[in-house]
Amino acid sequence: MIEFSDVVKRYPGGHEALSGVNLTITRGEMVFLTGHSGAGKSTLLKLIAAIERPTSGIITVSGQNLSRIRRSALPYFRRNIGLIFQDHKLLYDRSVYDNVLLPLHIQGMTGHDAGKRVRAALDKVGLLNKERARPITLSGGEQQRLCIARAIVSRPPLLLADEPTANLDEDYARDLMDMFKAFNQVGVTVILASHNQDMIRRYGGRTIALANGRVAP
Amino acid sequence: MKAWLENNRHSLGLAVKRMADAPIASLFSILVIGIALSLPAGSYVALDNAGRLAGKLSPKPEISLFLKADLSQDQGRRLTQRIASLTDVAKARFVSRDEGLKHLQDAGLSNLTAGLDENPLPDVIIVTAKDSDAKAMERLAEQLNTLPGIDHLLMDSDWVRRLAALLDFGRDLVWLLAGLLGLALAAITGNTIRLQIYAAREEIEVSRLIGATNRFIRRPFLYFGVLQGLLGGLLGWLLTSGGIYVLEGSLARLALAWNGRIDLHGLGPAEGAILLGLSALLGLIGAFLAVSHSLRRML
Ligand SMILES: Nc1ncnc2c1ncn2[C@@H]1O[C@H](COP(=O)(O)OP(=O)(O)OP(=O)(O)O)[C@@H](O)[C@H]1O
Ligand SMILES: [Mg+2]
Repeated sequence: MIEFSDVVKRYPGGHEALSGVNLTITRGEMVFLTGHSGAGKSTLLKLIAAIERPTSGIITVSGQNLSRIRRSALPYFRRNIGLIFQDHKLLYDRSVYDNVLLPLHIQGMTGHDAGKRVRAALDKVGLLNKERARPITLSGGEQQRLCIARAIVSRPPLLLADEPTANLDEDYARDLMDMFKAFNQVGVTVILASHNQDMIRRYGGRTIALANGRVAP
Repeated sequence: MKAWLENNRHSLGLAVKRMADAPIASLFSILVIGIALSLPAGSYVALDNAGRLAGKLSPKPEISLFLKADLSQDQGRRLTQRIASLTDVAKARFVSRDEGLKHLQDAGLSNLTAGLDENPLPDVIIVTAKDSDAKAMERLAEQLNTLPGIDHLLMDSDWVRRLAALLDFGRDLVWLLAGLLGLALAAITGNTIRLQIYAAREEIEVSRLIGATNRFIRRPFLYFGVLQGLLGGLLGWLLTSGGIYVLEGSLARLALAWNGRIDLHGLGPAEGAILLGLSALLGLIGAFLAVSHSLRRML
């Protein structure tokens, strides 16, 4: 499903975040992305979602060569990916409910069906009782879960999560991990960036370790 | 289809919300647009009224030929017959200097000539043209002017023609004004939209990350531009009508002093609709340019 060959990402300013990454992730896998801070985990996820473009090398996602993807095709490509951002990227001028509705709205889904899906997603992350609240009034962990609800509401086949459990206590973190596991069991490909080694050991999926922009053997 | 409608309803709602969120700025933009529009609209109305007034003053298709003083009455009458036989002439009437004097006296203006021992008036031939159209009159006048014995000629329609030319010039001026201010309107809209985009940049960024097309992002801003243009157009219409209302009283008094009556015409429903349509269109264009430019830069 995802293939990197000799991918180099150099940010403007000259810093090389990834230097020659080769990897393959097949459909239906659950993968942990680990590595020290600054290792390039977020960069790798951004490349998969075509938020950043590689400096060199080839990235293929679902058969699409991301270096060649047309700008006008980008929105439709992104709709197949549920993104959970390290910094949430919530919209603070609208309610929790409207935040989760946004992806559906963008895809042209409205009305009763959309409402049902939004509530189902909020229910999954335990925020159904806060649907009228503003995101700013939520705790860090609740904001994280809101971000997850927004990512899963359109039921994408690929889920990318950047440090989804970073702000959560043990119990909630475990709940969330169970959730990701459940998504994975119904066929969703899940890629999680995390440096919580305990967690990774406990869930024991495939692990890709990054160190200084390279995949560690 | 339903989703499309819902999307547009939502975009309109968003546009209204953005406008309401910055009421002072919105009001200011609308005011500027309204005033900018009321200038050409007001000039148009003024010209329209002047044109109507000019239309009421239909010139008689008459040319007065003043004969040279050394021409005898007989020669004058013969010249009259000759003129009457021209193809473009409907009628030619000889008014001798004595008759002219009598007319003056009948009109109670005898004291004008009282001190003179000789009649100062020339013999006159009054020619009525077959065709009252300005060009035909002009041609006829030229033809008559070449006849011997004519001192000079006077056309009733001269000043009406001048007025018509002046009105034509005014109309061109209004179009020029309208074009310039239309450009200004599009620029104002573009600028407010730019600020709107800046305020909403986070929302735009997030929307893009989760698969929003440019069209989706652009739509609420286009609605905003149209809405702002429409409200500005409406204000321009109101300002124009208000101006007429204010001027009507003093103009009516002025007309009364000249024993006349003036009916001022404002912008009719059709003209108003055109004004609104144009202002909405210019708002749309300004918004489209601003959003397209910003979106390209944000990538
Ligand atoms: N937009 C950017 N411009 C310039 N340099 C960047 C940018 N984003 C990341 N970098 C650099 O690239 C390197 C990798 O960053 P990245 O965010 O991928 O690390 P990470 O593994 O996600 O770290 P963390 O665990 O702290 O989130 C870092 O050294 C960082 O400074
Ligand atoms: Mg990171």
